[in-house]
Amino acid sequence: MSTATPSPQTTSLPEEPQRARRKVGLKTTVVYALAALVTLLAWVLDTPADARTTFQFGTSGDLVSIPDIDVPALGFLVVLLVVMLVATGFSVWRWRDRRPMPSWAHVVVGVAFVLAFLTFVGAGRSTVIPMVSLLAGALALSVPLVFGAMSGVICERSGIINIAIEGQLLSGAFMGAVVASAAGSAYLGLVAAPLAGALVGAGLAWFSVSFRVNQIIVGVVLNTLIIGLTGFLFSTVLSDNKELWNSRMPLPRLPIPLLSDIPVVGPVLFDQTILVYLMYALIFGLQFMLFRSRWGLRTRAVGEHPKAADTVGIKVNVRRVWNTILGGAIAGLGGAFFTVGSGLAFGREMSAGQGYIALAAMILGKWNPWGAVMAALLFGFSKNLGNVLSSIGSGVPSELLLMLPYVITILAVAGFVGRVRPPAAEGVPYTKS
Amino acid sequence: MKLELQGITKVFGSLVANDHIDLVVEPGEIHALLGENGAGKSTLMNVLYGLYDPDDGQILLDGSPATFKGPGDAVSAGIGMVHQHFMLVPVFTVAESVALGYEPTGAGGVLRLEEARRRVREISDRFGFQVDPDARIEDLPVGVQQRVEIIKALSRDAQVLILDEPTAVLTPQETDELIRIMRELKESGTSIVFITHKLREVRAIADRITVIRRGTVVGEASPTSTETELASLMVGRSVSLTVDKEPAQPGEATFEVENLSVVAPNGTVLVDDISFDVRAGEILCVAGVQGNGQTELAEVILGIEEPDSGSVRLDGEDLLGKGVKERLRSGIGFVPEDRSTDGVVSSFSIAENLVLDLYDTQPFARGVSMSPAKVTANAEQRTEEFDVRYTSVHDPISTLSGGNAQKVVLAREMSRPLRLLVASQPTRGLDVGSIEFVHRRVVAERDRGTPVIIVSTELDEVLGLADRIAVMYRGRIVGIVDAKGEDGAPVNRDVLGLMMAGVPLEDAQRQAAEHHSVLGAADLGDDGPRPAAEGETRHTSAEGETRHTSAPASTEERP
Repeated sequence: MSTATPSPQTTSLPEEPQRARRKVGLKTTVVYALAALVTLLAWVLDTPADARTTFQFGTSGDLVSIPDIDVPALGFLVVLLVVMLVATGFSVWRWRDRRPMPSWAHVVVGVAFVLAFLTFVGAGRSTVIPMVSLLAGALALSVPLVFGAMSGVICERSGIINIAIEGQLLSGAFMGAVVASAAGSAYLGLVAAPLAGALVGAGLAWFSVSFRVNQIIVGVVLNTLIIGLTGFLFSTVLSDNKELWNSRMPLPRLPIPLLSDIPVVGPVLFDQTILVYLMYALIFGLQFMLFRSRWGLRTRAVGEHPKAADTVGIKVNVRRVWNTILGGAIAGLGGAFFTVGSGLAFGREMSAGQGYIALAAMILGKWNPWGAVMAALLFGFSKNLGNVLSSIGSGVPSELLLMLPYVITILAVAGFVGRVRPPAAEGVPYTKS
Repeated sequence: MKLELQGITKVFGSLVANDHIDLVVEPGEIHALLGENGAGKSTLMNVLYGLYDPDDGQILLDGSPATFKGPGDAVSAGIGMVHQHFMLVPVFTVAESVALGYEPTGAGGVLRLEEARRRVREISDRFGFQVDPDARIEDLPVGVQQRVEIIKALSRDAQVLILDEPTAVLTPQETDELIRIMRELKESGTSIVFITHKLREVRAIADRITVIRRGTVVGEASPTSTETELASLMVGRSVSLTVDKEPAQPGEATFEVENLSVVAPNGTVLVDDISFDVRAGEILCVAGVQGNGQTELAEVILGIEEPDSGSVRLDGEDLLGKGVKERLRSGIGFVPEDRSTDGVVSSFSIAENLVLDLYDTQPFARGVSMSPAKVTANAEQRTEEFDVRYTSVHDPISTLSGGNAQKVVLAREMSRPLRLLVASQPTRGLDVGSIEFVHRRVVAERDRGTPVIIVSTELDEVLGLADRIAVMYRGRIVGIVDAKGEDGAPVNRDVLGLMMAGVPLEDAQRQAAEHHSVLGAADLGDDGPRPAAEGETRHTSAEGETRHTSAPASTEERP
């Protein structure tokens, strides 16, 4: 009959602006208001008017020595309180517009809250607040978290849930220590650690891909196995001949010329071991490769929609296996930080749950390398804050301070992440129907 | 390229999905593969695409045999496939999706995305697709996603393009657009294998038609055959294509929805301030493309979805705030859209599934225990009444065919005295015989004076069943029309099609008078509305996705 009439209506319909009636909750406002309230009641009202707080920014090796910064505690606290109150008001305004808060606002409030706490702790004391060691320590504590989180990103982006990060860190720490000690070279330990992690990753891949066992169960079993195995070897072989198998082999610090002389930033970032520099390379490399390379595109396809990947000839399970092994190797390398990276001998269960925190960092970072790094730094900072405060002697019981990173983990994951979207095919074994 | 399939056989366990199928596709022809759901069309195409290994038979390309170990082989031989459930990664851009698997790369495997974008633009411009290479897949309407799939195939130089149920998720206008594209591809020399069960489309565009029934080729048909002829060939017996029903005798409006809105947790408005009523003894069909708020509307009526605002009243009493059980027992019958996951518990027996609603009441329950004899007796009575074919009522319901399982759902939901019947996609995936049965029961319920709401994405079903039609688009009711005008003529399907794309009633009438769509044209000289042989239109996108399948199929789909 009549010929095809292209119907312009479908394409030229006036698209109305999206009327998203977002249900933005008051959660953010409540958290901000609580921060302000704590600042007011616990700290502002408790600080004498003439007390001063000293922040120390310099280190002994600086070319240009930076003087300590001395602030009137009460005045500074009030300024920080005002910042938090303004942010609270801002969030109410955004809420009425049904718009969520931008993430920089969280950072501002977080920094203000931490500064207020430090100001209060240092008020009227002779001790200074050592900012450089606070930050450097935070970075150090973040290193295994970052490696673990990068491992998680690689595995989960390709669809395998890697709960075994903990085991991979621990096996890396063990193997790094033993090989470094036996061979007499910290660098050889650094080569052995990823191999151990890769082995654990291979186990995870084997069970989850070939036998389609629940990946969380395999991961937990592997963790338990590694804890048991390293613990057993530690109390038998390693303690029988401590000199040979488990002597301390610290990696040397390699300060980068010029960069390491920058005040504050230099000693924190650029006076580190090769392991930390490898970490920097890994972060940038992974961020780039994941989103800009053929490997990354295929990896993400396999984790989001394996069947689609299969129909264009990508071997889904092969890719998952190799990525899981790669992820294991990266976590293993991170584990070396516990031993050769910090100049310690191996100790029983020395990873102490960092693998799980790394997993939380990955989720908080929304499966993005960069986000995961930020989250890992947050956790590292909160842990180190606890350490520094107990050494200053803040009056807060040290047991409570030890809880700090975990409290922050829970608050961060529950409060600020909101709805995150994991890779769609994560944890689902792929079989051709 | 000439494609021949010779004696293709594929067996799954005891099921012979393809039994020595022969098929010849000439270069540059549109070859329709027609058959009911489960006839073996998709299996055959998956064999051709290298996803399944055939148990017997061979594939010839231009006369020489070819074996495909995987889709990669098929693609390099020049075969492209657009799957019914799109094989697109929702979070990728169009360029990334097209590049995947065949990435243009520079040193170190770094993607050259500019090259990928250029490819997309080139093909898109050639066929007038209007696809932005940088758009994210999940933000695109399904019709555009389908074009991305076609671009994917063409960018790999497909000479034979397989389209598996391509119109299942499209509006009538998008279908017209697809038909235009198919004709242009044909002009440029691409052969197209078009898998469908929709008779109207086959007649509109196919050059040749091969009909498959129960895994075997039952014949070839010419596009000039009538729909009745095609249907008989497809089903294997003569079928009635019309729903026999008397004019409705509607009474008072007993079911009313007022200013109802449903907002998803992420803020997307799924149902947007809609109001309508249904009178006793009439069927109101809610038409629209999948994912425009119909599912949520039905779920609000039953109480498994919370509305944001508005009211829902049955016989004057407000339903909101009442529990699902209370609503069911006060006389709402509900046939859910997804029978296998929401309609039955597939590991339970037929008898148990028949008392899912009343299992804890007399006579099925005695205190804390159940009375198996009563449950069995009930099952035997209901299955008799609803003509369910089974071996034993104690067999798991998963052993039943789709049609029989749906009859079980109907038998359960219609066994209570009803004050309202809500049925979503009641004939999806059913064979023609079951469709006739379901439609008869629905009409019978109407004739008993029950208000009935049918949610359907299938225009033919809507036209066959409805007394009034409400068209939904992006959560709103575009308009409500009587199924028959004052002169007794049925409402123009082009008008409905335009309304399904969001065009208001009056504009739709004007535009429909100016243009004839391809399928509307096929209407002329037609043998009237027919019951829909409805396909699986469930997922607007790929399987294994966490997406709520009922989010509007539009740019609002994801936050």
